[in-house]
Amino acid sequence: MHIVVCIKQVPDSAQIRVHPVTNTIMRQGVPTIINPYDLFALEEAMRLRDAHGGMVTVLTMGPPMAEDSLRKALTYGADRAVLLTDRFFAGSDTLATSFALAQAIRKIGETWGAPEIVFAGKQTIDGDTAQVGPGIARRLGLTQLTYISKITSLDAKAGSIDLERRAEGGAQNLRATLPCLITMLEGSNEIRRGTFADALRAARAPIVTWNAAAAGIEDMLKCGLRGSPTVVKRVFAPAPRADKAKQIEIKPRAADTAGAFIEALFEVRPSLESDMVELAVGQ
Amino acid sequence: MSDKPAPPAAGGRASMKKELPEHFKAYKNVWVLVEIEHGQVHPVSWELMGEGRKLADKLGVELAGVVIGGVAAGAREAASECFAYGADIAYLVENSVLADYRNESFTRVLTELVNAYKPEILLLGATNLGRDLAGSVATTLATGLTADCTELAVDADKSLAATRPTFGGSLLCTIYTLNFRPQMATVRPRVMAMPARQEGRAGRVIEHAVDISEESIATKVLSFLPDKRSAKLNLAYADIVVAGGLGLGGAENLQLVRNLASVLGGEWGCSRPCVQKGWAPAERQIGQTGKTIRPKLYIAAGISGAIQHRVGVEGADLIVAINTDRNAPILDIAHLAIATDAIRMLPALTEAFRARISPHSRDRLAG
Repeated sequence: MHIVVCIKQVPDSAQIRVHPVTNTIMRQGVPTIINPYDLFALEEAMRLRDAHGGMVTVLTMGPPMAEDSLRKALTYGADRAVLLTDRFFAGSDTLATSFALAQAIRKIGETWGAPEIVFAGKQTIDGDTAQVGPGIARRLGLTQLTYISKITSLDAKAGSIDLERRAEGGAQNLRATLPCLITMLEGSNEIRRGTFADALRAARAPIVTWNAAAAGIEDMLKCGLRGSPTVVKRVFAPAPRADKAKQIEIKPRAADTAGAFIEALFEVRPSLESDMVELAVGQ
Repeated sequence: MSDKPAPPAAGGRASMKKELPEHFKAYKNVWVLVEIEHGQVHPVSWELMGEGRKLADKLGVELAGVVIGGVAAGAREAASECFAYGADIAYLVENSVLADYRNESFTRVLTELVNAYKPEILLLGATNLGRDLAGSVATTLATGLTADCTELAVDADKSLAATRPTFGGSLLCTIYTLNFRPQMATVRPRVMAMPARQEGRAGRVIEHAVDISEESIATKVLSFLPDKRSAKLNLAYADIVVAGGLGLGGAENLQLVRNLASVLGGEWGCSRPCVQKGWAPAERQIGQTGKTIRPKLYIAAGISGAIQHRVGVEGADLIVAINTDRNAPILDIAHLAIATDAIRMLPALTEAFRARISPHSRDRLAG
């Protein structure tokens, strides 16, 4: 069984700062992490490998420094890591990204055997689009299974997989066919601590690094900015509201401040008091 | 890196705007996918219909609802309901194979409809269904898709300007799909206001038959387990919401938020960092990647108000910020501010509201 896990190296978003004057992102010194949602995908892939045998290949597209995240994935216990990096990919939107990754997965298949399952995270924390997983599935003709909370059973020989999918208003129990692409829901498992042996191996392991040509990508018009149908025209900070917030006077006793606040609140929105009473009655 | 010669100097796609390719010029009208789950239309579909109406009027084109569903699964009712929310046309695809949402079948049908009737704009709710479907349809059509928009507009050259948070929600950006059609976008529930329902408004239903057999769809739905009174839905649609952030100092202090919410008969939530720290489950997260809320009253305790949070709460009628930092970004959108420690203030507010509201409610019950 061969499983490919797509990961992305992202800035640790809690630490992103916006320059107060220019409104640009200050990237210097911002640490990077594996997109947290991807760890659920990686763990699920390794569980399937442990139960059914086979290999887990992690794949990322990004700048050369994205190697750090691949090495981290190896310390968790992935078997092999592929970095897809080329300046032709710069400025890719989700359509161009899924094109490049799909090609790389084809190449991975030619090199080490076609994967039965491709995993991705639910979405990334920097782009938040949730579009690259479905894009890869569509391009490779994989059964698309998003928002999966649980893999109930897998019959690799029969090419059948049962899983639980988070749908609107409930959970769908699905039976699908391999090969498939699965995006895992957060909280569906917990990433393992890699073993000491994994850490040693990861430190020495070669990272397979492919540029566009090495990954077998020929149509450069489908890559990077040129392959991206969407155009970002403007990046800006939202304008603050003209009227400033009314400050409630802080009194020595919190109870008095609370009292003053409630008076101010009902003065600004008199209807709230009856709304609250109704809600309280409704409880 | 590559040994190949450098690509032509990148002027960026924005500078590559050219005449829309001839075969896309026939693309007209604004479409909204009407999402039906178990006989019920998801409210986000009507919210989008309200927004779609404005776009269609600006463009001088028609607005259509797209209803895909099983026979006797409420699809026909949903199609006629489209008109009450502003649609001129309802495309109806009814087939027993389409009773449950599955990516393969819905992608096939929606792609076929787009190729047959050629809309210039296609909007979907950013629900699990909408995002799953939008991603595969956009890839099949090789067109642009902008996720989780917070604002939609039509600019001078009649292109869709889709604004969404970027860089993890620290800034906003406006995205265009200049040379491809349809221009696709998803919008989260509650981001757009619910339009008024217009009783008796009529339109044209266009039934479209699809050739789709159960055997051709590999994925089977074995069963569906409906949620018990979903916390998710209650939070997005609650009238009063109290939420906590990192300013609370620890997971245990979220109890103070829950206490106040309970006294007010509202729902509680938290900011994204709280979920990342494991203080609360993801379904309680408010903001761009969590729930968007439009309550009558929103109280943010110890939340600084990063843009990704801000876009999720801006629709609230009244915003109260409890934050020691008088310069926190949340103050840019708050109407009332209490510049003090939320850990001290929340219990005081809970007691004060309890005293103020409870006697009234008892009086009313007695009356």
